[in-house]
Amino acid sequence: TEEDQELERKISGLKTSMTEGERKTAWKWSRQLEQIDTEYHTLGNSLHYMIMKNPEVEFCGYTMTHPSDSKINLRIQTGGTLPAVEPFQRGLNELMNVCKHVLDRFEASIKDYKDQKASRNESTF
Amino acid sequence: MRLKMAASQAVEEMRGRVVLGEFGVRNVHTTDFPGNYSGYDDAWDQDRFEKNFRVDVVHMDENSLEFDMVGIDAAIANAFRRILLAEVPTMAVEKVLVYNNTSIVQDEILAHRLGLIPIHADPRLFEYRNQGDEDGTEIDTLRFRLQVRCTRNPHAAKDSSDPNELYVNHKVYTRHMTWIPLGNQADLFPEGTIRPVHDDILIAQLRPGQEIDLLMHCVKGIGKDHAKFSPVATASYRLLPDITLLEPVEGEAAEELSRCFSPGVIEVQEVQGKKVARVANPRLDTFSREIFRHEKLKKVVRLARVRDHYIFSVESTGVLPPDVLVSEAIKVLMGKCRRFLDELDAVQMD
Repeated sequence: TEEDQELERKISGLKTSMTEGERKTAWKWSRQLEQIDTEYHTLGNSLHYMIMKNPEVEFCGYTMTHPSDSKINLRIQTGGTLPAVEPFQRGLNELMNVCKHVLDRFEASIKDYKDQKASRNESTF
Repeated sequence: MRLKMAASQAVEEMRGRVVLGEFGVRNVHTTDFPGNYSGYDDAWDQDRFEKNFRVDVVHMDENSLEFDMVGIDAAIANAFRRILLAEVPTMAVEKVLVYNNTSIVQDEILAHRLGLIPIHADPRLFEYRNQGDEDGTEIDTLRFRLQVRCTRNPHAAKDSSDPNELYVNHKVYTRHMTWIPLGNQADLFPEGTIRPVHDDILIAQLRPGQEIDLLMHCVKGIGKDHAKFSPVATASYRLLPDITLLEPVEGEAAEELSRCFSPGVIEVQEVQGKKVARVANPRLDTFSREIFRHEKLKKVVRLARVRDHYIFSVESTGVLPPDVLVSEAIKVLMGKCRRFLDELDAVQMD
């Protein structure tokens, strides 16, 4: 389909930029093929924050194409020869690590609270 | 030296506090990205994050949970809140097959009301229904039957006007819903575990001769699709208030100051015969900004919020306990990241 071709073109443009080390990489990612669409700000804003925390990223921003569509345009610009895919992947990995850590701490905290309540002989559910 | 200290204090305020001024809010956006502040290393450091991050549970019971998350940014805290509202799945009535409805409540209104009833079934044990599948299988559907007929009570007093006496079954509650197991569901779920969360929700009212007879199919869905699938009554967060007194406040002004804030925030103590105001517990404040209506007092106080301290409040509808909901929300965000990472790997390989 036309969308797939567009996607492939963008990705191949990405690959050449990876070998030649071009400065700018604009990347538009269509999520139409997915069954569960991405909510823009839920993933978009948190991913944008993680990518911005990367000192090699010159520019990072996201918009939605249209409020009715669940698509985001995410743009990453790296100074120098670093391919733009790398901060994107690193941002995703770091976000995963953050979530894992939050989950661990949260569950430990809940467990402590329940233990404290049990030791005070109040009814737990 | 004093100038340097003042400057660094201002920087700290910019980085760490959201300041509520009289006519607006300042320092709202996160600015601690690498390169913005000289002398600060703001690049992402997982170890530093883990050292500063903590979660404290303040209160938890069956349906509500209040906990603090400290050391995280607004983007991620907001992501958790959004996922709690819209992307944690639950089971709810989707299809209603009406065999007989002679009540005054129209079919579609009745179906809408039935969809909003929270169903006590762990959604993690079910799958999403495939698109185009009309009947549903035991792994993705729950069936309920609602059959109520209203009749006149033959033993009622002659001159009574109380509907509870005159009619039998004139109010249709959720306790009239019966679960009909599909396939092997009867073995998996013991009697009484699959039911509406509350059995005293009024669905419709009837009069003698009216009947409701219908079959309901429940499926798994997310709040983004329809709000009936949202597992929380609400999930919200607020930032921890930070109230500082810029000058000592004494005497009558102290009393006036304590009245400007929510009870318990400002404490007036007797020190050497004088009444002195002290900030006791800023967490209780709801920031009505009453202080700005008093000319003399508004210069004395700085209202702010701590930027990375979130006080979450999650209230569950009863489908899952609230701590399970938060864990599921975090897992949903991890799942999203993982899906993108897998796609990236697949693309890069070819």
